Amino acid sequence: MQHPPVLTPEPGAPSQAPATVYKRAAARGAVFQAIQSGASFATVTHAAVAGEEAVLDIRGFDLWYGASRALWSVAMRVPRGKVTALIGPSGCGKSTLLRSVNRLNDLIDGVRVDGDMLLNGDSIYGSGVDVIELRKRIGMVFQKPNPFPMSIFENVVYSLRIDGERDRRVLEEVCEQSLVGAGLWEEVKDRLQDSALRLSGGQQQRLCIARAIAAEPEVLLLDEPCSALDPIATGRIEDLIEELKGSYSILIVTHNMQQASRTSDYTAFMYLGRLVEYGPTRDIFLNPQLAETEDYVSGRFG
Amino acid sequence: MSTATAPSPQAPRSGADASPPRSGAGVRRSGARRATSLFAHGEPLVWLTAGSLVLALAMIAGLLALVVAQGAASFWPQPVVRVELDGGRVLMGEVTASEDYRPEPSVLDALSPEARVRAREALDTSAGSARRRMLRIGNYELTNEHFAWFSDFQQVPGSESLPEWALVIERRTWGRFYGLPKAWRVDGKVETTDPAEIHERLERERELAEERHERILVLERDEIGELNALQERARLAVRKAELEHGARSPQRAAAEAELALVIASSEARFGELQQQIRELRDVNRSRELVLVTADGIEQALEIGNIVRAYPANRIGSVEALGVYLSRWGEFLADEPRESNSEGGVLPAIFGTVVMTLLMSIAVVPFGVLAALYLREYARSGPVISIVRIAVNNLAGVPSIVFGVFGLGFFCYIVGAGIDDLLFAERLPNPTFGKGGLLWSSLTLALLTLPVVIVATEEALAAVPGSMREGSYACGATKWQTIQRIVLPRAMPGIMTGMILAIARGAGEVAPLMLVGAVKLAPELPIDGNFPFLHPERSFMHLGFHIYDLGFQSQNSEAAKPMVYTTTLLLIGLIVALNLAAIFVRARLRRRFLAGAI
Repeated sequence: MQHPPVLTPEPGAPSQAPATVYKRAAARGAVFQAIQSGASFATVTHAAVAGEEAVLDIRGFDLWYGASRALWSVAMRVPRGKVTALIGPSGCGKSTLLRSVNRLNDLIDGVRVDGDMLLNGDSIYGSGVDVIELRKRIGMVFQKPNPFPMSIFENVVYSLRIDGERDRRVLEEVCEQSLVGAGLWEEVKDRLQDSALRLSGGQQQRLCIARAIAAEPEVLLLDEPCSALDPIATGRIEDLIEELKGSYSILIVTHNMQQASRTSDYTAFMYLGRLVEYGPTRDIFLNPQLAETEDYVSGRFG
Repeated sequence: MSTATAPSPQAPRSGADASPPRSGAGVRRSGARRATSLFAHGEPLVWLTAGSLVLALAMIAGLLALVVAQGAASFWPQPVVRVELDGGRVLMGEVTASEDYRPEPSVLDALSPEARVRAREALDTSAGSARRRMLRIGNYELTNEHFAWFSDFQQVPGSESLPEWALVIERRTWGRFYGLPKAWRVDGKVETTDPAEIHERLERERELAEERHERILVLERDEIGELNALQERARLAVRKAELEHGARSPQRAAAEAELALVIASSEARFGELQQQIRELRDVNRSRELVLVTADGIEQALEIGNIVRAYPANRIGSVEALGVYLSRWGEFLADEPRESNSEGGVLPAIFGTVVMTLLMSIAVVPFGVLAALYLREYARSGPVISIVRIAVNNLAGVPSIVFGVFGLGFFCYIVGAGIDDLLFAERLPNPTFGKGGLLWSSLTLALLTLPVVIVATEEALAAVPGSMREGSYACGATKWQTIQRIVLPRAMPGIMTGMILAIARGAGEVAPLMLVGAVKLAPELPIDGNFPFLHPERSFMHLGFHIYDLGFQSQNSEAAKPMVYTTTLLLIGLIVALNLAAIFVRARLRRRFLAGAI
């Protein structure tokens, strides 16, 4: 391997010993300098993460777009039933990491990966993995609302339709449950056969969430779900994430520090393709172990 | 310039030299503005672009106006003019053209002395030019011409008149007849000689005769046609048995016995039908309209031969409108007669529509599938680029080349192969191995394929990537994504391709002349005989009909109005087909593209 992973974490034994050393001894920016110069660097993972059961276990994951490397040995355990936020400046690889989870990056020419992820113990990148079946276990919501050109009803039950579900009663039940779950039922229950494209932006995004949870995903990926929405619609989506917490394991990418601090239980800070610091949101925002993380979350950098 | 001679305080900026500058900067600014405004605002280009558009619109409007004016007017009944010419000839008919010309001196020499003097005087006052008019005089069996020119100076002064009872008779054969009614005869016996009564009888009898004519057509085409088809099938069965089992086989003997049976049973029925037809014909023949032509010749016309008759100079605008509409009705709903220069164009309309529909059915799925592979599955590279360039170049190949290809490939290779395999008993008469509806449709499908592929590719490319990703993220396979998301979303764009293909294909004539369009198709491609759709048959096409009328007709002067009317109809038909497709597309748009994405 050209780029040997700096860190090969073993499950349940995240490295955390050197963290305090960095904060006390090194000058501010030493970590960023090390990353920029390509020097080896170890992720600082807080001890609290180790106590959580992982729904998704990312193990030393690397990714290249052609010749340029986008992810550097990312190792991260996403806890079950919690909201985990990915933060970091633009281009740090948050979305790439997210899209690697359901292998959407496979669609892009020239993408090469190394390392593996485990979804509830099942390999995602192992040989012989059925990508289609894998994606059915993972829900995803994108930056811009992307309802399909069909009715609201058909949008919600899309994942059941492609599985060949024809029973009208099942479909209607799932549709109602999902829409209720996404907080959209009251607004659209009388016009389920209308085109989904006639909904407002915020409604469309909640519809996409309903579509994602209709398949009962093991993990729900949200890629900046509020970036195209106004503050009121954003507030509703955040409330919704709060409600979904517990029943779904959520991995959310966000640029909005307040959103990360408000909605998430755990926060991971990424920079230039590396996972820099990962821990409980409260600690990351109030008591980070690295000065660089503190600079970023307080707005002094990024 | 006025600014130079009379500088006015109201126009301080009209020229720096005319009014004293207030400050250096002000002069420079105002001067700069004047020098750049024209080009900076793009004023000349706006005029240029607008001018180009106006020119394009004017050309299209001119074309449409010509076709509509000529095509819509040609069926309106004109008055019948009667003139006596110097030398004793009398002409009667409808004025179809009028122009000024310079007569040769030799024309005057042919006139009688006093007429020559009058003509000289007339020519002197009008500086040598004279008006001449063309009359449609009809009565071809008597005069051997359909039209006659005459100059104003040739006619006897004061002889031009509009005879009250002059009848215009449109006939099934021999073209039009112009004459004055003289008598109504039944079985050779004169029943009345009063023009009003003759006209009334004519109207009443003509409708009955029309019914008899229709009945004869039904007997001839359907009943006798069916008998013929039965006999033909039995004959082919014999031939088939011979080919498959040998000339002395018991199968052939059985088939031959069957044929004898069919012939025997149909012979009796055949005679019966012939008898019926003869009786109907006799009735139609027994009622006769006796007319006197302008030259004083008496001519009797059978009622069965008359399509329409009206006293052109007596009818008011309401009756004229009736004649006009009835001519349009005949044009749209009847079959052609008199080598296409009269009657209707129903078979051509039918052929055009069926051919266009078959073409769409062939080209749209084929083109969409090809575009799907090109855009969705094929890995982009030099090969795909070459394919794409080749497809685009296909659109630039002259259409006649497609005709040659269609004839060589579809008719002579594919068609002959089908004949060998399935219709061996009919050889050497080709079934599919000649031009026909199917081969024409496929040839035009090939011709319009690039249009559909390019439009579909663009429509597929316009489907947002976010929608595809959303579908993949739901666990859909590529095909499910294409089928459920991409294709519905691209459907309006694909419809645009289909509309363009229809517009191109329905108006195309050149390749059809090689692969199946004919001047006169005896049978429609769809009829009541099994298997109802006969894709191997030749067919009539409006575009080819126009060419045939305008340039292949023996009586091209009489066919000229039909050329315009048929052109008008073809344009209208293509517009209608397009409107239908646009309507469907608008509905799809409302369904799939509502709201901003």
